[in-house]
Amino acid sequence: MLIRPKEGILDPQGKAVERALPALGFEGIGQVHVGRMVELEAEDPERLAELCEKLLANTLIEDYEIQTL
Amino acid sequence: MIWGVLQFPGSCDERDALHACEVHGDGARLIWHESRDLDGVDGVVVPGGFSYGDYLRAGAIARFSPAMEAVAEAAAGGMPVLGICNGFQVLCEAGLLPGALLRNVELRFRCHQVELVEEGTGERLSIPAKHGEGRYYAPAEMLDQIEANGQVVYRYAEGHNSNGSVRDVAGVTNERGNVLGLMPHPEHAVDPLTGSTDGLRVFERMSRVAA
Repeated sequence: MLIRPKEGILDPQGKAVERALPALGFEGIGQVHVGRMVELEAEDPERLAELCEKLLANTLIEDYEIQTL
Repeated sequence: MIWGVLQFPGSCDERDALHACEVHGDGARLIWHESRDLDGVDGVVVPGGFSYGDYLRAGAIARFSPAMEAVAEAAAGGMPVLGICNGFQVLCEAGLLPGALLRNVELRFRCHQVELVEEGTGERLSIPAKHGEGRYYAPAEMLDQIEANGQVVYRYAEGHNSNGSVRDVAGVTNERGNVLGLMPHPEHAVDPLTGSTDGLRVFERMSRVAA
């Protein structure tokens, strides 16, 4: 699951990373956002969205995306 | 009024909360997070700290504890519930309070005395704040609604909103008014020895809810 800050919500973590980039010689990079990734094995992937809604993401402030591998 | 103070693994302000409840009320006891029994208390404090290590998101795991299930039921029945700092985060995650708490705007853990203004009375309270994730956030429509309902009860005074909370919101209640959460720590301001007793006014507010 990929969990990231909702669009439009101030993400100071992403901003701090973005501001550090020019000093390291990385130019032309913008819109940096820091989220998190949760890896898991599920017998029943049907319920993963519910798991995100209930625990892994706070949908007031975060969006989530489920990738099945 | 007998208070119960929840204790999670990683709580760190439960002793001060217990002391504040003893100073303010008729007694207080700790309630272990695995207990589903609130032990007959009249009100509950969800204290500050780093429950369950703040893993995933601050407060996200504590909300599923048996004690919090009992608190949610009691709150629905009108029991006063005061969430302080991490406790505020827990109550928001549990859906007992509107909104969420995000990383401070400057990414720094801030620890300092702040001034709050009580909505309605305009009274100022001087109490300590110490947190890294205290930036209150709610979508604009939700804010409009809770402001209209009178659920925003404390705001940071001008120049005291160091975490970047939207509309300077420092403390909110649920619709009924019996659940209150705030980031600053009233339990650290109950004795003149530490510079302010303004924190007691927050406990008094909660006891009026109980009455």
